[in-house]
Parts: sequence; C-alpha cells; structure tokens
Amino acid sequence: MRANDVLGIIHAQMYDANVIQLTSIRTMASVPFGCRYRFIDFPLSSMVNAGMTSVGIVTKDNYQSLMDHVGSGKPWDLARKREGMFLLPPYNNSLASPGTRDSRIDSLMSNLDFLNHARQEYVIMTDANAVYNIDFDDLFDQHDATGADITVVYKHGKTPKLGNAMVLTMDEDKRVTDIAISGDVEDEVDYSFNIFLMRKSLLEYLIKNAAAHNQHSFSRDLLQPNVNNLKIVGYEATGFAEIIDSVQTYYKVSMELLDREKRNALFAKEAPISTKISDNVPTIYGTDSEVDNSLLADGCEIEGTVENSLLFRGVVVERGAVVKNSILMQGTVVHANAQLDSVITDKDVTITAGRTLSGDPSYPIYFAKGIVV
Amino acid sequence: MARNNECIAMLLAGGQGSRLGILTHQTAKPAVPFGGKYRIIDFPLSNCVNSGIYTVGVLTQYQPLELNDYIGNGEPWDLDRTSGGVHVLSPYQQIEGTDWYKGTANSIYQNIHFIDKYNPEYVVVLSGDHIYKMDYDKMLQFHKDQGAAATIAMREVEWKEASRFGLMIVNDDGTISEFEEKPAHPRSNKASMGIYVFTWAKLREYLIADEANPESSNDFGKDVIPAMHEAGEKMVAYQFDGYWRDVGTIESLWEANMDILSPTSGINLNDPNWTIFAKSANAAPQFISTEAKVTDSMVTEGCEVEGTVDHSVLFPNSIVEEGATVSYSIVMPGAVVKKGAVIEYSIVAENAVIDCGAHVGASPEDTDEDAWGVTVIGNDVTIGEKSIVPANVQVAENVKEGTTYESK
Repeated sequence: MRANDVLGIIHAQMYDANVIQLTSIRTMASVPFGCRYRFIDFPLSSMVNAGMTSVGIVTKDNYQSLMDHVGSGKPWDLARKREGMFLLPPYNNSLASPGTRDSRIDSLMSNLDFLNHARQEYVIMTDANAVYNIDFDDLFDQHDATGADITVVYKHGKTPKLGNAMVLTMDEDKRVTDIAISGDVEDEVDYSFNIFLMRKSLLEYLIKNAAAHNQHSFSRDLLQPNVNNLKIVGYEATGFAEIIDSVQTYYKVSMELLDREKRNALFAKEAPISTKISDNVPTIYGTDSEVDNSLLADGCEIEGTVENSLLFRGVVVERGAVVKNSILMQGTVVHANAQLDSVITDKDVTITAGRTLSGDPSYPIYFAKGIVV
Repeated sequence: MARNNECIAMLLAGGQGSRLGILTHQTAKPAVPFGGKYRIIDFPLSNCVNSGIYTVGVLTQYQPLELNDYIGNGEPWDLDRTSGGVHVLSPYQQIEGTDWYKGTANSIYQNIHFIDKYNPEYVVVLSGDHIYKMDYDKMLQFHKDQGAAATIAMREVEWKEASRFGLMIVNDDGTISEFEEKPAHPRSNKASMGIYVFTWAKLREYLIADEANPESSNDFGKDVIPAMHEAGEKMVAYQFDGYWRDVGTIESLWEANMDILSPTSGINLNDPNWTIFAKSANAAPQFISTEAKVTDSMVTEGCEVEGTVDHSVLFPNSIVEEGATVSYSIVMPGAVVKKGAVIEYSIVAENAVIDCGAHVGASPEDTDEDAWGVTVIGNDVTIGEKSIVPANVQVAENVKEGTTYESK
C-alpha cells in the first residue's frame, strides 16, 4: 500500500490517568518529553516520515495545550490545502454523547463522519502515551505481504502497567492466536503496543457493530472475540519504542536518552522527530558552568552545575546551584546555591536560592506547573 | 505603529562580500551563519518585523541559491503574508535588455514597480551585513517629525577609526550640512550606518534622475545621497547608540560572534521583546558528556560535545569529540572536530572536518604580532590527522594528514 493511502488516527488522551501529575493540565499527547518534544511528536513524525499525508487527532478535553503545540500542523508538513492534520474535538451526535471518549470505540464513533469522508483505504491508529520512532512504511509492507486483516504492533518484554495490556500469543508466522488481557504479568511476554493497522472499511464495520451491541472496549469487545475470525498479525517494534505507564517510567525512559545508542535510535537522522518551532537563542554556558552527561534544549542559561539531567527550553541554573538526575521542564529557574536531586519540575517552576530538594531515582519528586519552592 | 504598507523595506543583499573570503565563495554574505543559529540576514529581517514593517524586498544577484532557500516563503519571520511579506528580487530580463544590478541605487531603480505596487509613503533601505537590533519605527517617526526627504542612521565612532567611514557633519537641529566619504583628516566622528529612510516620492525622482546620468555609478552613498543634498533636500541624521557591527570582514565577523558571548557587549540575543527570528534546525537536544567542559560559550541543538569548549560558538549539529579543544572559535553547522584536535581563534565553516590531532589557528600570544589573524576553514574542507594550520590563513582545499598548511 502507498503511505498516502493510510489515514492516521491518534488518540490524544488514552491512559491520561496513568501520569495524572503530568496530565492534570494537559492531554497525554501534549506531555513534554526529551527536552524539546511532546508525546504527539512521535506518532506524528513516524507517520509523516513514512509518507502519510492525512492525520486526525482525537481529543476529549484539556486540549488547549495540544492545539497550541500542533498549530496548523506546519512543523510536520501537515498544513496542507488537501488533507493534512485535523484536530477532532468532542462532537455531539446521536450515536455518542460527549464525555464518553474513554474508549477508542466511543471516540471513533463520534468521528464516524471524519472516517467516512477520508479517501484513504487504510487506517493506522495509535495512542499518544508512547515514545517511539517506528518505520511505518515497513509495517505497511508487512501488512501487504501477510495479507493480514489487522496488523498489531507488539513489543517483547514486561507488560506496561496500563490495567488492560494485551498479551499476544502468536504462531511462527506472527499470526495472533490468543489475546490475554491482564494487568500484571511478571514474565517477559509479547505485549500489544496498541498501534493497529487495518482497512478503513473493516474498522468502520467493527466499531459500528460494537456500538450497536453497547460494547466499549476495543481490546475486550472488538479484538479478543475476533482472534479466530480475523487474521490478526503481529509486527515487532524494534528500535526505540517505550510506553509511558507512570511518572516513574516517564523518568526512566527520559534518562535513557542519555545513552547515545538509544538517543540515536529515537532521533534517527534519516527519520527525524519534528516538533513545534520556537525562537530560543542557543544555550549559554557561563564561566563557572559545569555540565556532565546531560541533554539541553536551546534558550537555557547555565552558570551552575548540571549532572545526568534533561533541561527543557529556557531553563536557568544560577551560580552555585547543583542539579543532578533531574528533569527540568521549560522555564524552570533554579536560583543560586539551590540543590536538586532526582526531581521533575513542570513548566515555569521556580526553586528559590539555597533550597535543597531531593527524591530518589526510583521515585522522583514532581513539582507542578508554576510552583515556587 | 506604521500603517500597513505605509513603509516598506528594501534590503541590499546583492554584494558578493569578497572581504569575507572563502566564506562567501558559494553563498551570499547575508546567508553567512552567525551567532549559533542565525544567519546575518536574520537581524535586518527580524528588525523589520519587530518594527511593524511587513513588506520587505531582498535585492540579490550573487550566489542566490542558499539565500533563496533560506528565506523561502518568509515563514520563520512571519513574513509569509497574503499582502506584502518577503520577496527575493533578482535581476531579470526586460524588453530594453538585461542588466545586472549596477549599484545599490540601480538595484532599487530596477524594482521601482515592485515598490509602486505597495504605494508606500516611505521606504527603508537596509544593508544585509550588519548585526544590530534597531526599531526602524522610531527612526521613521523621527523622519516624519523632521519632515525630511531622507534620514540617515548615524553613530559616533572612535576618532582614530573615523577615516574608515562615510562621515556626516551634522547641525544642531539634526540636519546634515556636509558629507565626507572616508576622509584622510576627518572633521566629524558621526558615521553613516548604511540605514536610510526615504520619502518614496522623493527617492523615486532621484533614482530616475540618477539612472539617466551616464556619469553615475548608481550607488546610494556615492551618487544618490550627494545629489539629494546638492539639490537642497532636507537630509537629517538619526543617532543610534545601541550595538551595531558591520560584519563584512573575517575579523569583524569573528569579533561580533565573540561579542554575543560577552554580557557587557550590548547585544543581548535573549530579549523577549526583540526576538531575532531564524529558520531553526530540527535537531535533537544538545548533549554534553561527562568528559566535556563547556564555558563562556553558546551551544545549540544537535550538537554533541565531549571535549573542551571555551569562548566559542557552536552551530547546529556540530560535534566536538573527546579530548578535542575549541577556544575563541566559531564552529558552523555540521562541522566535526575529531579526537584530540585543537581549534583556536578560527572559523570552521559548514560541514568541515578537523581530523584527529590536527591543530588549527593560533592565539595572538603564540603568534608574531603582525602575523596574527583569524584562520578560516572553508565549507566541506577536511584537515587531515595531525596537520597544522597556522594563524591568519583561509583554507579552501583539503589538507593532507601530517602536513603543515602554507598559504599560496
């Protein structure tokens, strides 16, 4: 299939509750990650890098920050006269009432018109709670080659703590023979990465059918009963692909970017991750700055010490301040001689002079947007 | 605030900028990288937008590809407009024949119809090789208040340097009584900055007259301004005291880059009220390793630093490997400084590679006084392993490993 024959659907708010601290003021899709990105950048970039030209983003509430981030879709080349990026806010129709978008089925139900009008023959559907750079073009090729009805991206390892993670059993041809829905499995298994590719007509049929039977769960009501009727085939996510199921995972995956190999896998030169443009100046390192093993965005001013940390745009670390093992989001100011270890500050947090704050790498402390400590 | 198209800007970006040597072999001067993520032209373009001028003609005829590519549709400066916006104006064929731009005045003359299309009251004429932040709207207001035909931005320079500039003798009321072009014995230290506001109807008249004069070299400074002055038009000087640098030479380009590292130089790029816009690279965050030491420097997205960087400006996607040292230098986009290499007092242009253990440039202390200067490594040039490139040279071709570069 040609990539521009695939419509993208991104569920901006699936699993918001898993990282409630970060999503209380924004959607999952607009959670900042990796010094200068937001979660939505990863699915959007993977789609555009594959050559897709039409993407709908389904939202429920709190989507102001998401709208601000994606704008017209220009940074991803999705500001187009024909097609491009569509933001799909809640819409009230007779089939689904607003406020019921906690499931993929309900949110797709209220966007049936969008699906119906799209000219694409296929749909790829993803959540926005993951950090990944997946070669969708390769996924499309596999879907063609296997003649699958549905291709589901999976990963091998311990299941993310989503509450309804799907554990897949596959035969030697990667055909899914069983789906087990379980929260916690301690062993390493093949679990669904919750990216699905299928014909648009099939998706429309399945969700209408589910809605007609008052079914709301995509995994339990729509995939699980159809394991034998439909040819569901797995596609293994290699390279960088991590589901963020908690603030702890958010912290751990962020810190993995300090590893060059992992960083190069996510920010691949040939498949770049794009994000909203900002006009920050380059980062300024002062006379006494001491920066070790850290990632920084533009617009920072560093006079103090920064170790094993990720600094978003416009972070200020004053003289004598020490920042270790921390993630400081946009506009965080660490005043002179303050000491931070294993903290996550949301946007525009101020740490006043001389404070000492520390969490533990296994349980970092989080400071909400705008707090002055 | 200027009304829409009350005032438009014409940006002179046509010159080769031969004094920038190999940096302008393949690119026009305004497209030369500056300040970590900018190009020189970002400064006048951003000044226009921040001053409320949304129609800008960029006059170019030398190596326009990179400049065209950079400006694109003007979106990075918010100059992708339904009416106005930024337009790159190159010479073109006409019924009467084809002419390159013969001089700065001629380049505007050839685009009279472009300006007429917007029917402005005033035209600001700017150079594409200055680093400064200036509110043109204030200058325009001054021009209007004075009822002048032409207003020339002026700054006071050191007396000992005055003879390098076009100077003006200014009366107490701000009117200009005399011009002196680079005099041996200056009588004034008020230098023209090459920034003009004209009342368009007047300028239009003088451009047509200038074109009809076969003796004219069709230059603003040499021909049009003196002609207006002789004819008794009201010419006034507008004093500007902020930071301003002509970056037309290697040394001045290097110095201006060093200025942005100095908190006291007067050019603060991190000014939320006067953002300098640029076409930003889309690159991963910068990585500073455990071995790295970065002080008094600017580093931007896509950079990977494992060595020592001091008093230097790194552009997007440049790499400084372990054990390498970069000091008092400018490393342009995509350049790589490999293990153990040393760069001092140099400009390393785009995608150049300084191989392991090479030594480029030298500090003034280590060089004979008259032999010192900034060293330039050209675009895509490779300096071989353990090679030595001395101070004050420009290297346009690869240097073999283990050799000492000698300028021809």
